[in-house]
Amino acid sequence: MSKTSRIQSKFLELDSKNEKALIAYTMVGYPNEKDTLTVIRGLIKGGADIIELGFPFSDPLADGLVIQNASTVSLDRGTNLAQFFRLVKKIRQESDIPLVLMTYTNILYHQNYEKFFKEIRDAGIDGVITPDMTIEESKEYLRAARKHSVDTIFLVSPNTDRKRLEKIIKMTTGFLYLVAVYGTTGVQNKIQQYTIDALKTTKKAANHKIPVGIGFGISTPEDAKRFIQQGADAVIVGSALIKLVEKTAPAKLENAVVSFTKKLKNTTKRG
Amino acid sequence: MTQRFPKDGRFGEFGGKYIPETLVPAIEELEENYLKIKNDSSFKKELNYYLTEYAGRPTPLYYAKNLTEKLGGAKIYLKREDLLHGGAHKINNTLGQALLAKRMKKRRIIAETGAGQHGVATAMACACLGLTSEVYMGYKDTIRQKLNVYRMNLLGSKVHPVKSGSQTLKDAINEAIRDWITNVKDTYYLLGSAVGPHPYPVMVRDFQSVIGKEIIQQMKKINKKTPDTVIACVGGGSNAIGTFYPLVDSDAEIIGVEAAGKGLKTEYHSATLSEGSKGVLHGMMTYLLQDKEGQIKETHSISAGLDYPGVGPEHAFLKDANRVIYRSATDKEVIDAFLLLTRTEGIIPALESSHAIAEAIKIAKSKPKSETIVITLSGRGDKDVEVVEEYVKNIKNSI
Repeated sequence: MSKTSRIQSKFLELDSKNEKALIAYTMVGYPNEKDTLTVIRGLIKGGADIIELGFPFSDPLADGLVIQNASTVSLDRGTNLAQFFRLVKKIRQESDIPLVLMTYTNILYHQNYEKFFKEIRDAGIDGVITPDMTIEESKEYLRAARKHSVDTIFLVSPNTDRKRLEKIIKMTTGFLYLVAVYGTTGVQNKIQQYTIDALKTTKKAANHKIPVGIGFGISTPEDAKRFIQQGADAVIVGSALIKLVEKTAPAKLENAVVSFTKKLKNTTKRG
Repeated sequence: MTQRFPKDGRFGEFGGKYIPETLVPAIEELEENYLKIKNDSSFKKELNYYLTEYAGRPTPLYYAKNLTEKLGGAKIYLKREDLLHGGAHKINNTLGQALLAKRMKKRRIIAETGAGQHGVATAMACACLGLTSEVYMGYKDTIRQKLNVYRMNLLGSKVHPVKSGSQTLKDAINEAIRDWITNVKDTYYLLGSAVGPHPYPVMVRDFQSVIGKEIIQQMKKINKKTPDTVIACVGGGSNAIGTFYPLVDSDAEIIGVEAAGKGLKTEYHSATLSEGSKGVLHGMMTYLLQDKEGQIKETHSISAGLDYPGVGPEHAFLKDANRVIYRSATDKEVIDAFLLLTRTEGIIPALESSHAIAEAIKIAKSKPKSETIVITLSGRGDKDVEVVEEYVKNIKNSI
């Protein structure tokens, strides 16, 4: 990609400040259309560097209970792509923060990759994460994404071998997403040694050519801090934020999100 | 036309592997091990032993004389998979995969099940071969097929009712995949239909192809040629692909029958190939029942085993290649077929298999008496008698 993307610029900017990135995930249409924007405003105010917008799919097989439930609620409330585009437009009126769409292959495929990547680029989306898209199946997906300058963020796992890791890195732009655990999103264990090892291996393979973000099961500032100390370029927090939204009254939502986001963001600042 | 082992896992544009990265090493390990045992004579010998001595193969190809005379057309033969141990064709696949899992030193087996037949067949194979099994089953299905839940428990399998999504087969598959992602190192996912990421559609087809191979041999003895027509029901499509695959390069007319539920014009059916569009679900590119934004629809069929919004990718390929004709049968036609076969031949068919019988009833008369039709009777109907009783009662009440 010749032009520097919003995501790349963000990592460069943070780098110059000796900071790492906080990537915050929220579900479109959860808890409802109006409050999705409230949550996003809270994330931005709290200092999130990149926002991942989860678009609900009926069969989210990489997601744990928290995000499954949010998907179901969102779809039951009638969330559709028109609503997603309305939301992106509103965010773009207020902020230049990098936006990443996270959803499943069928949503993109059904719209036609070429058409959809153009539409999301025009709307102001900077990258996509598709947890059921493998590099083997990604030829047309990549072609369309490159043509419309949308970053393709692929996932790697602790059991991804070195050879494959290098292949995936070649196809990844924006940042590389390391899945921290054997499991779905939201699974919380004590941080395992295999995760720390995977982070080191992945960072080495990425060789400073692409930032490495780590996600799945990161729920507290302490978790985030540990991964930043171990060399992660970004920490990705999703289910913990959805849980916060789930238990907070609408009137207090923005402040609660700001406060939690600030705590997370502080861990990505050195010193 | 036949694709023995497509290297990239594609049947034309269908199939492939759309999976979370965590599963890629597991799928590659599976593919490698499957290729190893596929032509290994000791594996074949071992599988053949269990298929013969434990499951009861070969199954008869029974001439349904009374049904033939009643319909007054082509001669109808029933491939009696319902006589297998467990009461359905599912055991052909579970024995094959359980033996493979054992060779791969995986001791923990997980499976999904719709009507419960695959769950029961998995529990049986695992009990027989000394493996532990856990089965994911949609909560709704655990209620409408509670007898099978009890059978699985008796056989030592743990059943997990799945309460997410539509609480049926598709959600059970999602949950099994989530379990596999979490326990990928020591767990073998024993998929029950010819669906999912490569190599499952190929592997399940190969294990089920014993059905079609026996039909060819048996028909040769009876009639000195291959059947003129074969019919099988299609949900995910494992008994159908097992029946069709060995016959794809022959002259036989091949018909797959989907569940039209309350009618194709309604929202209540599972006729993926007749009414669906292309998409990606459960690791494969195939035809799907989905809404205008690619959300997967809830399906309906009187038979839990056909209640699935996707279909095996090889069926999608055979449809687009115009090699197999895919039709459908409504719940009402299925009940009529169920009752007719039960009364004329004294054989109670599964509601899934009754879809194939319904198609034979429609076409037999128009075919000359010199021709043969083979119906794969994929399972027995004991599990369905309550559902049928209910249906018949409701019809009587509404008249």
